[in-house]
Amino acid sequence: MTSGAALPLYPRLAWYGFRRHAAYWPAALAGAFTNTVFGVLRAYVLIALWQARPGLGGYSVADAVTFCFLTQACIGPMQLFGIGLDLPQRIRSGDVALDLVRPAPLQLWCLSEDLGRAAFLFLARSVPPALAGAALFGIVAPRAPAAFLASVTLGVVVSFGWRYLVALASCWVMDDRGLATLSLVLTTFFSGLMLPLTIFPGWFGSLTRALPWAAMAQAPSDVYLGTAEPVRALAFQALWATVLLALGALLTRAARRKVVIQGG
Amino acid sequence: MIDAAELGRVFRVRRQVVHAVRDLSFHVAPGEFVACLGPNGAGKSTTIKMLTGILAPTSGRIRVDGLDPARRRTALARRIGVVFGQRTTLWWDLPLRDSLELNRLLYKVDRKVFRDRLDELCVLLDLGAFLTTPVRQLSLGQRMRGDIAAALLHDPAVLVLDEPTIGLDVVSKAEVRDFLRRRNAEHGTTVLLTTHDLGDVERLCRRVLLIDHGSLAFDGTLDDLRALVPGRTSIEEVVTDLYLSSRGSPRTPPLPPVPGGTSGTA
Amino acid sequence: MIRTYALLVWAWTRAAAQYRVSFALMAAGAFVIGGLDIAVIWVIFANTDSLAGFGPAEVMFLYGTSELAFATSDMLFGNVDRISQHIKAGTLDVMLVRPVATWAQVAADRFGPHRIGRVVMAAAVLGVALARLDIPLGRAWMVPVMVVSGIVIFTSMFTLGGALQFLLTDAPEVANAFTYGGAMLNQYPLSVYDPRIVQGLTYVLPLAFVNWRPGLYVLDRPDPLGLPSWTGLLSPAAALALAAVAALAWRAGIRRYRSTGS
Ligand SMILES: Nc1ncnc2c1ncn2[C@@H]1O[C@H](COP(=O)(O)OP(=O)(O)O)[C@@H](O)[C@H]1O
Ligand SMILES: [Mg+2]
Repeated sequence: MTSGAALPLYPRLAWYGFRRHAAYWPAALAGAFTNTVFGVLRAYVLIALWQARPGLGGYSVADAVTFCFLTQACIGPMQLFGIGLDLPQRIRSGDVALDLVRPAPLQLWCLSEDLGRAAFLFLARSVPPALAGAALFGIVAPRAPAAFLASVTLGVVVSFGWRYLVALASCWVMDDRGLATLSLVLTTFFSGLMLPLTIFPGWFGSLTRALPWAAMAQAPSDVYLGTAEPVRALAFQALWATVLLALGALLTRAARRKVVIQGG
Repeated sequence: MIDAAELGRVFRVRRQVVHAVRDLSFHVAPGEFVACLGPNGAGKSTTIKMLTGILAPTSGRIRVDGLDPARRRTALARRIGVVFGQRTTLWWDLPLRDSLELNRLLYKVDRKVFRDRLDELCVLLDLGAFLTTPVRQLSLGQRMRGDIAAALLHDPAVLVLDEPTIGLDVVSKAEVRDFLRRRNAEHGTTVLLTTHDLGDVERLCRRVLLIDHGSLAFDGTLDDLRALVPGRTSIEEVVTDLYLSSRGSPRTPPLPPVPGGTSGTA
Repeated sequence: MIRTYALLVWAWTRAAAQYRVSFALMAAGAFVIGGLDIAVIWVIFANTDSLAGFGPAEVMFLYGTSELAFATSDMLFGNVDRISQHIKAGTLDVMLVRPVATWAQVAADRFGPHRIGRVVMAAAVLGVALARLDIPLGRAWMVPVMVVSGIVIFTSMFTLGGALQFLLTDAPEVANAFTYGGAMLNQYPLSVYDPRIVQGLTYVLPLAFVNWRPGLYVLDRPDPLGLPSWTGLLSPAAALALAAVAALAWRAGIRRYRSTGS
């Protein structure tokens, strides 16, 4: 298991992240099973809705079913239900001081590990629900496979940008569990996981489609289905990735000042 | 008080069969103080878990105070006290006093009796200073004393301790040892403990059980154990020799005495 | 068992009461999380008047009864599905040497009173639905019966999920498919699903007795499977049967518990 040895730092960190999560493969498969079961249940609800309103939100029934399994597949790599970072524990234990004085920037370090984690969870938790959806209901083929993969990657980066902010915020907010709950509410509802954001009514719908969470599950699914212009969707994701990462960098600076200089 | 006959426990780990304990027979009389020694992975904790009903044996027979632990686990729990050095039986987020009070209710100890016993334990274990502190904030030594108090509030006839002195500093260790010895002498509580600390054994026990690869390698007094390996006087050297020979490693020659220092026995 | 449970729950409640602000925030959070499902139902009915033959008030009624039962069960006993954490951390060993029922200890451990927020939300939804539906008293008596049966059914599901974790200690999330999946399933009329699934939920895993069959009786609707309407009254029997199975599974789990090598 030394095949990571020849790699430069950040790819090597990604590889470690991959391996660390691969050690918990039974848990990942259990997650895939649960995501699949929920995908099946949601698919029936969406089918009932689309039978009542064919073509709703620009999707056919097959598109809606596909959308359902794609968003279930996003749960693992994009960590839609959790923070998925060690950072909150390390902040609570004070170990984060060690992370902040390392010569490598903390944010990039975490991002590399997180990309490795996402790559493993894509294989273990995204592919099985999609295959199950294809076998049980039949899902449509991707319109632009390359753009879709790019969009998934950007979706992971946006989700990391958000989760990193939430995690680092526990330097200032005492109740990190409350923070995690808030993040869960925002992410599950506004990512498109519960219903496609395209059917949210009026100005509320337009708002939800412009928020960063839309870049996590709704955007990759739309690129897959061809219901969004790939270039526009990717640009939208890249914009939010840049904004969130920049905010994260600022927050890291503030955290270093607080933890390292003031001593916590 | 404790009767084990040809006791055995196997675990299946990925199609492999691990004999954690095999063919273990011993008898502990009421009021005895017995230490259980053995290298890491010898099967001591597994034996304790079978004595307390946590694990069912896969072969053999065991009786504690006349009860079959695995079948009568809850009935037995009222008659024994159990301490795990590696984990606490107290509630992590509650103050020590609340934890003890909760134990009183779970063990259905009369309020008046409880107060008397707690007063006695508070003095002997010096709990007073941290009774209102949440358990998670206690030092290891304080937590262990709290754990021992919790295990004794229902005045059990048998006290079983798995590595009670692990990680304690010398002072805490001495406190725990003194307390256990007094408890055994004054209340007649039967005590069975496992340990890696030979100081525990030398200061506390007349009788030693040595477990190795799941079987009983030795059962007798400390002096008998010393006599087992000729030419070795310190109990530490004797046990090292026995452990090494059980691994199949050769005996190490005795170290020359440190110049100017006192060698060997503690 | 009830005494043990009450004692432990009281101890945890007192511990939580020390952090009043945190408790209030968490309860509010639970309330909002419960509201998300309602927001989804709202979005659905912003797009259509009826879902698989049921209108908004009827769907809210079905949602409210199931969710009230689930949220209550989750608050009171949902921690049973944390058993794999207790197995891995070795805390189950500690529970086993106490002279009281293990199930009650696991269920009460880390009792979180803040989960009341979700119960309140569910009760509010059910209240609104009942006010809109105008159900005659001759059938409305079944509503509390179905909620209580639902609590027993979901608690049995949590227990079965916990028992399963004795086998799948490294993959506890499988249990979520049955517990939280069961709750999600009953949020909508079962007529949206394939009839074979509904049959399975009637004859095998009696989740259809939480709110679908008794709900059809209360709403006076014909059963798509063609079963007579009095079958909706069988919820308590189904709940007791499932509870018995869960109790056996739990015992079997404890018996084959093998602790952890340290
Ligand atoms: N729950 C278990 N599952 C699998 N193997 C176990 C388990 N418990 C103990 N073992 C194995 O049984 C042997 C004895 O373990 P243990 O009784 O904990 O030893 P000791 O306490 O003497 O160090 C070890 O090889 C250990 O790996
Ligand atoms: Mg041990």
